[in-house]
Amino acid sequence: MNKVLMKGNEALAEAAVRAGCRYFFGYPITPQTELPQYLSKRMPEIGGVFLQAESEIAAINMVYGASGAGARVMTSSSSPGISLKAEGISYIAGAELPCVIVNMMRGGPGLGTIQPAQGDYFQATKGGGHGDYKLLVLAPASVQEAVDLTIQAFDLADKYRNPVMILGDGILGQMMEPVEFKLTENNELPVKEWATTGKKGRKKNIINSLYLQAEKLEQHVNRLADKFGEMEAKEQKAETYLTDDAEILLAAYGTTSRVCRKAVDMAREEGIKAGLFRPISLWPFPEYALQQVLGRVKGILTVEMSLGQMIEDVRLAVNGKVPTDFYGRVGGMVPTSRDVLEKIVAFREVL
Amino acid sequence: MKVIFEKPKSLEDVTFHYCPGCTHGIIHRLIAEVIDELEIQEKTIGVAPVGCAVLAYDYFDVDMHEAAHGRAPAVATGIKRVHPKNVVFAYQGDGDLASIGMAEVVHAAARGEKITIIFVNNAIYGMTGGQMAPTTLVGQVTNTSPTGRDVEHSGYPIRVSEMLGSLVGPGNSMKRVSVHDPKHIGQAKKAIKEAFINQIEGKGFSLVEVLSTCPTNWGKTPVEALKWLEEKMLPYYPLGDFSPKEGV
Repeated sequence: MNKVLMKGNEALAEAAVRAGCRYFFGYPITPQTELPQYLSKRMPEIGGVFLQAESEIAAINMVYGASGAGARVMTSSSSPGISLKAEGISYIAGAELPCVIVNMMRGGPGLGTIQPAQGDYFQATKGGGHGDYKLLVLAPASVQEAVDLTIQAFDLADKYRNPVMILGDGILGQMMEPVEFKLTENNELPVKEWATTGKKGRKKNIINSLYLQAEKLEQHVNRLADKFGEMEAKEQKAETYLTDDAEILLAAYGTTSRVCRKAVDMAREEGIKAGLFRPISLWPFPEYALQQVLGRVKGILTVEMSLGQMIEDVRLAVNGKVPTDFYGRVGGMVPTSRDVLEKIVAFREVL
Repeated sequence: MKVIFEKPKSLEDVTFHYCPGCTHGIIHRLIAEVIDELEIQEKTIGVAPVGCAVLAYDYFDVDMHEAAHGRAPAVATGIKRVHPKNVVFAYQGDGDLASIGMAEVVHAAARGEKITIIFVNNAIYGMTGGQMAPTTLVGQVTNTSPTGRDVEHSGYPIRVSEMLGSLVGPGNSMKRVSVHDPKHIGQAKKAIKEAFINQIEGKGFSLVEVLSTCPTNWGKTPVEALKWLEEKMLPYYPLGDFSPKEGV
């Protein structure tokens, strides 16, 4: 199949369609609006439903209903909108329903800015909504990867009956790159016997997250914990670049990882043995893969478009064995490769 | 022996948790009777609220989905869009629908979403123990309006049926009924049945506002509560059909 040039948001929307998603509920917010716009045209062509909700809160609750009814369903938003969806995401995770949620992050806190940022890492990986739950969080670094991960996200959501988040940023959503939509061999969608379809020929189904007896809720939450444990064991995903002999290891995800990859090349040209560790799954954080590349590493520099969020998971993963440092830009500012290189040089001197 | 009266098939054979004299039980029964009479038990999907009726999923013998507080119309929208040939209803109280969930119900109505909402208005928050609701009457004493609802401080109670009827087009149906005596219970059942039929015929959004009692939090006996509903609520919340007759 030929590659086509597409904007990140639109490519991601088309990927959802290819994955069998036929229901989308969303609300406009920059910088992800091209995604719902694309689906408002595309869904009716394929017998699907696009519905612009009255708010992000309504949109996620429509997702909750549609997912409970057995559909492959998606919503997308950007940072402030994800905060509004947090309540619904907690319910969806609590009721063990599959769905895909896209967050094209922008600068915060508050209304912040429409420029790209990575300040929602904690929200995505540590909760966001109330209660003990986890999202599978996938962070693409290119439009092609956004397409591939979105298709996988629907399968993972169904497999674990849990929401999956695609965590990008304004740059990924807005930039155009060539993409190929790889056909998957298995287009059969899983049968969902638990869904609300009407009780014809069976006992009634209930979609619910309420367990008023403490013993019952503890059982339920522990069962969820087992599921999250399985995800931690099986779903860690990362990419490494020039890590075999690396002494300075950069850790970065998404857009920032592209800046860091260039910085690694620049450092190598100056004789510095730098490498890059790029988490693709942010939750579960790919700690095993990180531990495997620590061989000659003298220090890890985490680079984010935030005040330093993923660095906490990097530190937990290396558990004090390697010194760590951080470089970040915020407010919609994007670090340059030269900035990162300067930081690498400075970090190397203190190691 | 000929059976002349029995529990509706669409109600589970369990004991309700509702307080003595509360009219939720009557309203549940009316809905279940309507589902049986329309022979739609196997294709009905109900959405339970947050509030006293939070456990409604244990009481109706149809597929059920428990919503977050106020979000039942959005959840019902999601279900109905996936299964347009099924019958989808939501059961909501006045705090759930008219306060925290006002946006969801207004926009479900404005879209003409083909769902049915049974809106139980008892002028108070029941489950949390008797706080002021958007429907609490002027002067009514609650745990958060201890000297009575003061319009200078809290404004006037919201008439949901009239409000919704004013902003949507034909095909949508808004009716207010009461369950304070057998005659009105009969009328309430008729309205609920028509609301389900309106959905089945694909005409639009339907809401039945059912005036209901809360003896526990009103501090009254069940009999006093029925009398209070009739004497105090009916004048402010007139019964009738508030459906739009023409386009807005």
